Amino acid sequence: MLSLHDVSVSYDGTPAVVDASLDLADGQVLAVLGPSGSGKSTLLRAIAGLEPVASGRVAWDGTDLRGVPTHRRGFALMFQDGQLFGHLTVARNVGYALRLRRTPDAAARVRELLALVGLEGYEHRLPATLSGGERQRVALARSLAVQPRLLLLDEPLSALDAGLRERLATELRDILRAAGTTALMVTHDQDEAFTVADRLAVMRDGRIVQQGDIAAVWRGPVDAETALFLGYARVLEGDPAHVLLRAAGRSPGDDAVAVRRSALVVADAGALSGTVVSARVTPEQIRLIVAVDGVGELDAVARLDAHPAPGDRVAIAVDASRTAAIPAGPVRPGG
Amino acid sequence: MRRSLALVGLAALPLAVLGVFFVLPVSGMLAEGLWVDGRFDPGAVAEVLTRPRTIRVVWFTVWSASAGTAVAVLLGVPAAHLLHRRTFPGRGALRAALLVPFVLPTVVVGVAFRELIGEAGPLGFLGFDGSAGAIVAGLAFFNVAVVIRAVGAAWESLDPRPAEAAAALGASPAQVFRTVTLPALRPAIVSAASVVFLFCATAFGVVLTLGGLRYSSVETEIYLLTTNLLDLQAAAALSIVQLLAITALLAITSRLRAVPDPTVARSTVRAPRPSRGDWPGLLATGLVVVLVGLPIAALVAGSLQVGDGWGLGNYRALTTEGSRQALLVPVTHALVTSLRVAVDATWMSLTLGVLVAIVVSRRSHSRTERRVRGLLDGLFMLPLGVSAVTLGFGFLITLDEPPLDLRDSALLVPIAQALVALPLVVRTLAPALGGIDDRQRQAAASLGAGPLRTFATVDLPVLWKPLLAGAGFAFAVSLGEFGATSFLARDENPTMPIVIFHLIGHPGAMNYGMALAASVVLATTTALVMLAVERLRVPSLGSF
Amino acid sequence: MRYFRTITPALLAAGALALTACSTVGGGDDSASEQGSDTVVLVTHESFALPKKLQRQFEQETGYDLVVRAAGDAGTLTNKLVLTKDKPLGDAAFGVDNTFASRALGEGVFAAYDAKLPEGADQYRLAGDDDHALSPVDNASVCVNIDDGWFAGHDVPPPTSLDDLARPEYAKLFVLPGAATSSPGMAFLLATVAEYGDDWPDYWQRLMDNGALLTDGWSDAYQVDFTQGGGKGDRPIVLSYDSSPAFTIGDDGSSTTSALLDTCFRQVEYAGVLAGADNPDGAEAVVDFLLSPQVQAALPDSMYVFPVDSTVELPQEWATYAKQPTDPLQVDPADIAEHRDEWLREWSDVTSR
Repeated sequence: MLSLHDVSVSYDGTPAVVDASLDLADGQVLAVLGPSGSGKSTLLRAIAGLEPVASGRVAWDGTDLRGVPTHRRGFALMFQDGQLFGHLTVARNVGYALRLRRTPDAAARVRELLALVGLEGYEHRLPATLSGGERQRVALARSLAVQPRLLLLDEPLSALDAGLRERLATELRDILRAAGTTALMVTHDQDEAFTVADRLAVMRDGRIVQQGDIAAVWRGPVDAETALFLGYARVLEGDPAHVLLRAAGRSPGDDAVAVRRSALVVADAGALSGTVVSARVTPEQIRLIVAVDGVGELDAVARLDAHPAPGDRVAIAVDASRTAAIPAGPVRPGG
Repeated sequence: MRRSLALVGLAALPLAVLGVFFVLPVSGMLAEGLWVDGRFDPGAVAEVLTRPRTIRVVWFTVWSASAGTAVAVLLGVPAAHLLHRRTFPGRGALRAALLVPFVLPTVVVGVAFRELIGEAGPLGFLGFDGSAGAIVAGLAFFNVAVVIRAVGAAWESLDPRPAEAAAALGASPAQVFRTVTLPALRPAIVSAASVVFLFCATAFGVVLTLGGLRYSSVETEIYLLTTNLLDLQAAAALSIVQLLAITALLAITSRLRAVPDPTVARSTVRAPRPSRGDWPGLLATGLVVVLVGLPIAALVAGSLQVGDGWGLGNYRALTTEGSRQALLVPVTHALVTSLRVAVDATWMSLTLGVLVAIVVSRRSHSRTERRVRGLLDGLFMLPLGVSAVTLGFGFLITLDEPPLDLRDSALLVPIAQALVALPLVVRTLAPALGGIDDRQRQAAASLGAGPLRTFATVDLPVLWKPLLAGAGFAFAVSLGEFGATSFLARDENPTMPIVIFHLIGHPGAMNYGMALAASVVLATTTALVMLAVERLRVPSLGSF
Repeated sequence: MRYFRTITPALLAAGALALTACSTVGGGDDSASEQGSDTVVLVTHESFALPKKLQRQFEQETGYDLVVRAAGDAGTLTNKLVLTKDKPLGDAAFGVDNTFASRALGEGVFAAYDAKLPEGADQYRLAGDDDHALSPVDNASVCVNIDDGWFAGHDVPPPTSLDDLARPEYAKLFVLPGAATSSPGMAFLLATVAEYGDDWPDYWQRLMDNGALLTDGWSDAYQVDFTQGGGKGDRPIVLSYDSSPAFTIGDDGSSTTSALLDTCFRQVEYAGVLAGADNPDGAEAVVDFLLSPQVQAALPDSMYVFPVDSTVELPQEWATYAKQPTDPLQVDPADIAEHRDEWLREWSDVTSR
């Protein structure tokens, strides 16, 4: 089990990670989600032992890893662009760590791993001849070869195109589950995090602002910024929040409320009413911006067979399950 | 078809220069030896090759050059890591200082070395004087900077992430080095080693001075045969041995240099401070500093000795014409001459070097093309492996008729020096160019960039540092070159090494002190120029 | 940032231009004038040096432009002249010495020119040069030198002859440059040939057994290993020249070293007109110039050699401390030309044994 306690890392005096604390139980997959520059890759490199920790403690099963060099940590690191060794064939890349350990019967294990990532028969290819997706699969197989006690994934899929990314994310989850691997993945893509991980930590400006079970984090973002980063469209406070919550059938409190776009649906029986500001047709629905009476402009959706036009008055229903209450008060770091 | 034409076009200028200033003179000298009284007589040449002395000389040459190269590489590679991948105060100065041996005239270095290891020297108790070990140490002294610079330039821009990936996969630093870093550096290391081997194999003064005349190398033998005995047959025989040996060496190294995927991801990384794990680099750099520093320290100490005391008298004497007209010209004048010649030699070798490097490093599209490129690559290494004496006499007997009546041309000296520096420049540039992903050029071309603009956008930024390193080499080679210069130079404008040689060649404590002082001036000037070159960083050059 | 992007390459280009402006290509000052018919080219070795004032004086008096091409040692010079005899490198040559002169004469490098020699120069004529193609210009004898102070201080009687050098009391005291790589070294080999005839290899064997130290060149032997050299070595006997004691004047104004005049081999340097010269008249003027009293008087200070003109007044230290041998050891130049190769090989064998 990995635990970080108040870990800080800085580059030439500029803090990159500040007081990060988190725990990751064996067999779980944690996604560290954050915008670029939030320090998430630095955190990953610190765990791998590639960056010196300025203060705090990185521990595995309670043992402090300070002073343990990268290669003795038993962690595998997979880079955004794979970092395959260009001078080695696919098989030799995958079998790299096995050869380091003089593992017997490495060839069979390599075949098995290549089968796991769906690349049978690629043994003798050179990395330069592979596509982006194939390279990442090889990199994954290489990382899994020696069954690392922790797999560190640095934006493993972000260099790939959208369709491939979605498919590989699912595969990645299945492969990690099948291997029972404990993994920590760094990403800026919520969908990727949601697909692959069990747990989620949100990082911003070098700090972990929230962590927990992925669904729980999703349902209860700790503050407005986190909510927006997690894909909520708007965050309302004060009277607009009260109006909205009452329309959703909830009792209003001091909390602010985060609203996903799909929480507001044009429906004849809607409790709110407003004027359409703009409408845009997408393949699945119509996306609207509506000036809601007593609330202000909000994002909303309508079925494709509705034809709201700017200026039209519409009634809007609120789906409470697509809103989240955000506790008022100061942000609790690491909360 | 257009590719081949372009290839020929790029290679035309370097080939013409090589043809006139190398192939023609050397074949002229070989012909003198092979045609006796107008009759082709290879028998005499063959007879020379079977002499026991010849075999002994060839064996010693191969042995000493291999040992010198091995020491230079073993010390140079870890030192390159420390000096190019780690940062610490004074790093730039140290890097510049290590090039100093390159410019010091052998006769002075020989004196400095022997002051240390000679019977009366502080290290005399080692009994090193006149031993083969002293020769190897001397060879390493002169050449370790080549390894450090060439390998360092490649190492500096090497992407650190594959190494990190390997470490994350459980590879220890030694295993990372062996399995990831070394393969990526191999072209640079093999290149540097082959150049160093050629320098060692054709080293002249070191073998004679430090070996106490007990050892002869092919180079010293050719010198003796040509300048003293005028035994051109035997000299030709040994020259042929030299040429064959180089060809074999080049064939082997081109094999060793080849890597499955030469494309190297380049990046600029923050260099960290040295840590405990850098002990191999620290140790090697320490040894290099001792190896290079001790003789230089002896030199500086000697230059400050006036009579039985210390002082700057020797330096003051340099600005005058000296007592008893010991100096041909004030040293300041000689220094200016040296710098002028060095500027010429540098731009010549860089121009030729860039063209050759482009020709030999582009991906080949057919087997023939690859062969032609390989051949060209080897061809431009040859000047390093052929005796300066053979070349010098060759100039005199072949470049004597219009339009090539160049025997008296002032350009002959910088051209000869540029040819000596050319392999170094090519060997520094080619690995960097070979490491560029060809798709980057294609991308630039697809965005509407012509060949020149493509070169400026894609190749030049990558080439910049190796180019600086190559310019440094060429400059240093030119400043310190003595063999060809003394053979060709005219008295009216002597270069520094010539003046130093003149001074140390005459009795009188003052002459000796002035020779050492002049060497220190030459060394300091070199170090300063190198330091300035290192400062020339243009990170934005590629982005305009 | 943008400013720097444009300015840096511009600065670089300007810097490169500035550097090139001071290159030799840019400053081709004298190459054009060399081709004129009033130019005379003197080919010589790297040790050639004469005051600029004298050269200008020659140019004024004769109207010729004097171009000096100095490179390589005496052996290199001779072989260069031999190899280029069909297309000579210049008009006159200076610096071929009596150990190489026979080869040059035999190959027909020089044209006959019977210059008028200064007083006392006749004795330096090359034996066998019946056409008087070569005129002696200077001479210097290679002699064993000793550190007088060392021998006085160690209470050892100084050696006086070649034989002494092989005696046990002088073991490990002698340092000398090798014959194969150094011109004085070759001269010393010839001295032993003159002294011991065919038995010279035995002498060398005894010399080496007695711990004589061989070095590459004169500088190494004298400057590093000799006790009175610049580097303060530990050997008090060295092979050098008869003029060397004039350069080791101690604090009390007297020389600290002396030459053993029974161990000397005399080297004479010659000048001559090259066969096939473009400007033979000019070449003759150059030879006459080298024999003129002014040049003869400048030789000791400029080239560390004795003039052949016996009437020239020597510098004071020379007059006092640089003693010339009266009866130096001699080898017939024709013998040298014939046996040089063989002697050197045998010498190499003996000394590396």
